[in-house]
Amino acid sequence: MKFHVAVEVRLREGIADPQGQTIERALPALGFDGVEGVRVGKMIRFELDAPDAAGAQREVDEMCERFLANPVIEDVEVTLT
Amino acid sequence: MTARVGVVVFPGSNCEYDVVEAVEAVGGTADLVWHGDASVSGFDAIVLPGGFAHGDYLRPGAIARFSPVMGAVAEFAAAGGPVVGICNGFQVLTEAGLLPGALQKNAGNKFVCAPVGLRVESASSALTNRATVGAVLRIPVNHGEGNYTCDPETLRAIEANGQVVFRYVENPNGSMGDIAGVANAAGNVVGLMPHPERASDLLLGSADGRVLLESLLEAARPRARSQPA
Repeated sequence: MKFHVAVEVRLREGIADPQGQTIERALPALGFDGVEGVRVGKMIRFELDAPDAAGAQREVDEMCERFLANPVIEDVEVTLT
Repeated sequence: MTARVGVVVFPGSNCEYDVVEAVEAVGGTADLVWHGDASVSGFDAIVLPGGFAHGDYLRPGAIARFSPVMGAVAEFAAAGGPVVGICNGFQVLTEAGLLPGALQKNAGNKFVCAPVGLRVESASSALTNRATVGAVLRIPVNHGEGNYTCDPETLRAIEANGQVVFRYVENPNGSMGDIAGVANAAGNVVGLMPHPERASDLLLGSADGRVLLESLLEAARPRARSQPA
């Protein structure tokens, strides 16, 4: 079975996000007031061939743990469709 | 026998020749090691130099840590061999799990390139055995992702164990605890963001990095003696 995988990698809560802070400070200059809590992450998308959803999930979890994210500073959210 | 330092070259490293030159200036010998080599035999110390290994894609060091040479570097480190990561090399060592913590984007998103004051916090690491605790060295930094970060538990542990080897006098990047360099628990693996090789001659504006490279050669000496001439 072919799965569409989306891995959202984001900085863990409590880890400072210099990019997010810069964007947050820039928005009011464009007239967008009231924005708070801007966090910048990345989205990694790919297709994966796996026998079933559980197997695909296991494989993606391992990819995240070993490579796609750094658990010291990042969390991931995996979406399989 | 003169200590022989292996300087690892990843695709995108750019400080390897500076390190070779600086090591030779303090009396060692140095050779480049390609990242695809699965061995570091014959070397008494290893340096992972600065640069942008694999373009820093995904995260700095994230791809380099899987290079064939890194298995050999990990074995060398586990056997007590001195291993130093400078700048991008520090990032590779944290990604490889050979050093605690991580380096993230500088506070303020600013790429910093300037000489900084670097205070020696421990003289029991492979890079500081000839330095004096409390000494302030003038050594340049050159990075966009040198903001040292770890969880509070790790921070407490490395502070308590004396694994914080260097601190900035004035924090240029937002690093926790002003940390500029850390060691593993044994002190034989050290990473730092500043570039000692760029402060190895007065012509470069400072020779304060020499004492660190001399320390590395000192740490390498027992191995150098044990190898056939």
